[in-house]
Formats: sequence, C-alpha cells, structure tokens
Amino acid sequence: MSLSQIARKQYLDVKARARPTARWLLGNWMELIIETLIRLAGLSTTVIVGLIFFFLLREGLPTFLDIPLRALFSSRWYPTQGLYGLWPLIVGSLLVTAGAVLIAVPLGLTTAIYLGEIAPPWQKEILKPLIEMLAGIPSIVLGFLGWVALAPIIQDLGAPTGLTAFSGSVILAYMALPTIISISEDALYAVPKDYRDAALAIGATQWQTIWRVVFPAARSGLVMAVMLGIGRAIGETMAVMLVTGNAAHIPAFGTDMLFQPVRTMTATIAAEMGEVSQGSMHYSVLFGIGILLFLTTFAINFLAGRLVGQQVARRRGGRL
Amino acid sequence: MKRQHTQKLAVGLITAAAALVVIPIILVIVMIFVKGITAISWEFLTAKPSHGMKAGGIMPAILGTLILTLGTAIACIPLAIGAAIYLAEYSSDSRLARWVRLAMVNLAGIPSIVYGLFGLGAFVLFLNLGTSILAGSLTLGIMTLPVVISTAEEAIRAVPQEFRIVSQSLGATRWQTIRHQVLPHAVPGIMTGIILGLSRAAGETAPILFTVAAFYLPNLPRSASDQTMALPYHLYVISTQVPAMPLAVQYGTALVLLLVVLSLTLTATVIRARMRRRRDW
Repeated sequence: MSLSQIARKQYLDVKARARPTARWLLGNWMELIIETLIRLAGLSTTVIVGLIFFFLLREGLPTFLDIPLRALFSSRWYPTQGLYGLWPLIVGSLLVTAGAVLIAVPLGLTTAIYLGEIAPPWQKEILKPLIEMLAGIPSIVLGFLGWVALAPIIQDLGAPTGLTAFSGSVILAYMALPTIISISEDALYAVPKDYRDAALAIGATQWQTIWRVVFPAARSGLVMAVMLGIGRAIGETMAVMLVTGNAAHIPAFGTDMLFQPVRTMTATIAAEMGEVSQGSMHYSVLFGIGILLFLTTFAINFLAGRLVGQQVARRRGGRL
Repeated sequence: MKRQHTQKLAVGLITAAAALVVIPIILVIVMIFVKGITAISWEFLTAKPSHGMKAGGIMPAILGTLILTLGTAIACIPLAIGAAIYLAEYSSDSRLARWVRLAMVNLAGIPSIVYGLFGLGAFVLFLNLGTSILAGSLTLGIMTLPVVISTAEEAIRAVPQEFRIVSQSLGATRWQTIRHQVLPHAVPGIMTGIILGLSRAAGETAPILFTVAAFYLPNLPRSASDQTMALPYHLYVISTQVPAMPLAVQYGTALVLLLVVLSLTLTATVIRARMRRRRDW
C-alpha cells in the first residue's frame, strides 16, 4: 500500500466511526441541553440586575411622577403630613459616609502598606485572618455593640447624645476597612519588585520608596479600593440605623455637624417600610429611595469596574 | 539625616495605624464572648422565649436562621455554579461575557436593604408568596449569588489548562471534560465560595426584614410558606424594640449569631488551607 492509500483508508475508518449512531446523538443532545442551561445561568445574572431595577421602578416610580421635584428635594421629611423632602436623608447618608471615608481611607491604606511592605510574615499570618474575621461579623452585631458600648463613650466625650452621625461613621469605617485593605493590598502587591529594588538602589529610604514609587504605581487600584469602600458604606443599613439616632433633620453646618443625630436613606427604608400601607405614596417613596440607592451604587461600581479594566489593559500592554 | 528621621516616623505611624485597625477587632470579639457567655445555657439554646422575650431561650431564632441558610443554599447553588462554569469555560471575551461581568460587579454592590425591597416587590407581592421562608430564601439566595459565582469561577479557572487539552485530545466533549476533569478539581474552591456566601446570608438582617422575619412566633414554622424568627432580626428586635431587656440576653444572642457565622467562615478557611496544601499540580 502506498502512503496515499494508507491515508485514504484511515480517513474512511475515521469517517465510518464518526457516523452519528443513536448513542452518539443521545450523548450530544444531553450535551446541547447542558450547554444551553449553563449559558442561561450565565445570562441570568444580567436578567436579575434588570429585574431588580424593574421591580424597584414598578413600586417606586410614582415617587418621581407624582411628586414635583422641588417638593422631593425640599428639606422636610414628614411622611404623615404628606411631606416627602428627601434632602435630610440624602445629607444624612452623605455625612455618615463622608465621616466613614475620612476614618477608613487613611487607616485602610496605611494598614495595607503595613501588611504589604513592613510586617514580617508571622504577623501577616495573624493579621490577615483577623481582618477577614471583621468582614464576617454581621452588621447587626456591630450595630448592637455601637448601641450599647460606643454610643455611651461618645456621649462621655461631650456630645449631647451618643447616637450621632459620627457613631455611624466609626462603625461604617470598620465595616468598610476589610474591603479597602484587601483591595489596596492587592494593588500594592501588583507593583513589580524591580521598582522597589531600583528605588532602594539609588539610595531612597523605605518610606521614600513607598511614598514616591510604590504608591503612584498602585494608584488606580488604590482609588478602586476607596470607591468600593464608599459603595459599601453608603448601602449599609442595620448598624447605621442603630447608632445614628434617626433624626430626619439637616444638621446645622459647622464643626459639630458630625456630632448630631441624622437619619440615612437606608435606615429610613428599614425603619418605615413595616408601618406603611402597601400602595400608599409613603410606600412608593420608600421604593423611590431604593431606586436612588441602586443608581448610586451602580454608578460607583461601574466606574470602579472601568478603572480595573484600564488597569488590566495597561498591564497587558506590558508596561507594568 | 533628615530623611532617616522621616523614615522612622513614617514606619512608626503606619504601625500605629495598623494597631488601630486590629485592636478594636480583638476588643469586639473578646467583649461579645466575655459578656455573652454568661447568658448561654442549655435552656438558652433549646427553649422558646418567654416573659416577653426577656427570659427563656432563642431556639426558634436559631432554627429559623438554619432553615433560611439551607433555603438560601438551595436557591443559590445551582444558578451560581452554572454561571461560574459559563464565565470560566464558555465565555471568551465575547460581548455577552462582558455584560455578565458588569452585572456581577453591580449585583455585588447593591445594598442589602435594596435586595429587601426587591424581595418584597417581586416575591412577596408580585409572585404572591407572602412573607414566607420561600420569599426570604429566594431574596437571600440572589443576594449571595455574586460572592459564590466569583469564588467558584476563580476555582474553576485555577484548574490547569493541560487537563482540558489532554481530555479533549482523547475525544471527550467539552461538557465531559468539564464534568470529569475540571469540576472534581475545583470542588474545594467552589465549596469555600458557597460557605462564605452562606455565612454572609446567615448574618444579614436587612433583606429579611420585609420578606420573612417575624417579631415573635411561639410556634416553629411548619412549611416553606410560613414566617420564621431569625437570629439577626431577633438581635435587632431585643436590642431596640423591647424595653428593659436584660443586657445579658442581648449579648448572648449576639454571641450565638457570631458563633454561627464565624464557624461557617472558619470552615471555609480550613477547606481553602487544605486545598492549597493538597494541590498536586
């Protein structure tokens, strides 16, 4: 047999064996069904985001259609009198979140630096699980501790009441810390060791290396850590509800702003949804607040996601 | 040497900041243990609340949390694993895959109270399930999806490419390859993700506020369409809604909740550590 004959025989063999038998078809049907199910499962995540938005709109849309925007953004939240000014709630959320960011960002970034650049390995092995543990503590437990332990301390410090925006900020800061620390530690870790070696070799101190070289190189990851931390803080409900005092008024602008009771958007939904009759305007407005929260966190996460995309693209380009 | 001083100062400050993060964590855990342990007794764990919840035990709340966690697992696991396989094995850089990824990131960021609103609008009212274990489990299940999907996806991606190539070169189809060569190696990682996700769900209060949680139920739930008590909501109720509540009972409830959640987290950590040690590639 010549070489071409052998090839032809083999080709026919393979072709004969590849003829669809009943078993083969059955196997492939199963395969087709399973692959379709897997694709559907993947697709379902986008459908769920759509459904969440749809059901929020379905219940909450009357808020934005039936209440004039000026009334909606007025400063009086008295639902029993038909006054649905969201401004005090928005200011409350922003104030508590801003306070939390002011505490959590410096603490989080420095802790990430400590873990990534300074801590000896044995410390890392203790500290990392401990920080993961913090992420695992339910928010209601932290809120409870804030209520029974932190609030009295803050009152002793001279505030008129312990249940203030600041108490909420402290609790929120610690809830956002695990997110900020782990993402910024990843960002620091991604900075090539060569950068550090080069900086140290030309005589920079460790601090100069961190501050002038490692930090700028990890910038976009650090920004993302901060953004996701903010996203986590603004959506937190139970802990904030227990410790911020829930007063729906705008604190007077000034240095003691943080030391007055406020009420956040999330706490308002949680506290009032149980008491409203379904279908009432008050009920719609609570869903309307949900829409605002959804859009806010969506925007934050979308921006953070794009940032990561850019970072990955740059790294693939071989620059970093 | 000015910059040497700066160096020392900076390292000192950084260490101090790290301590400021870590010490309160230890304090919180120690405080709950020390103050909560006095309330814990056999009766506390196995009896129903009595005297306006000021005495007796918290058994219905513990049981409720376990039921809800199980319900969450049933609602979330099939979908999460399917989506994880899709992202790891089927999605190349297609446009659909990018949409799915965007959806995941956003699901992870949605506040828990908004999940509660969604559960109320979709399951309790639209599907007419009422405030029930079913509605609560579905709400918690959807909230848990992103955590489980992203961990499971990572676990599946970590299986070396060679396994797939060899399997397919021997004539296995794509699904056979995934089923027999990829998933078995990814199981520990997927389990870690599931347990971590469930530990989050077990501790959540906001999503169950309007979908399942009951203030006080003397009887245990008998079907999936009943309401139930749950530990996180119970802690909220007894610390804010019931006047003159003994502090020990509150700390005791917080401790039980913390133990439930942390034991799940610990299980996940142990599985992950073992997996790293056993990995044979």
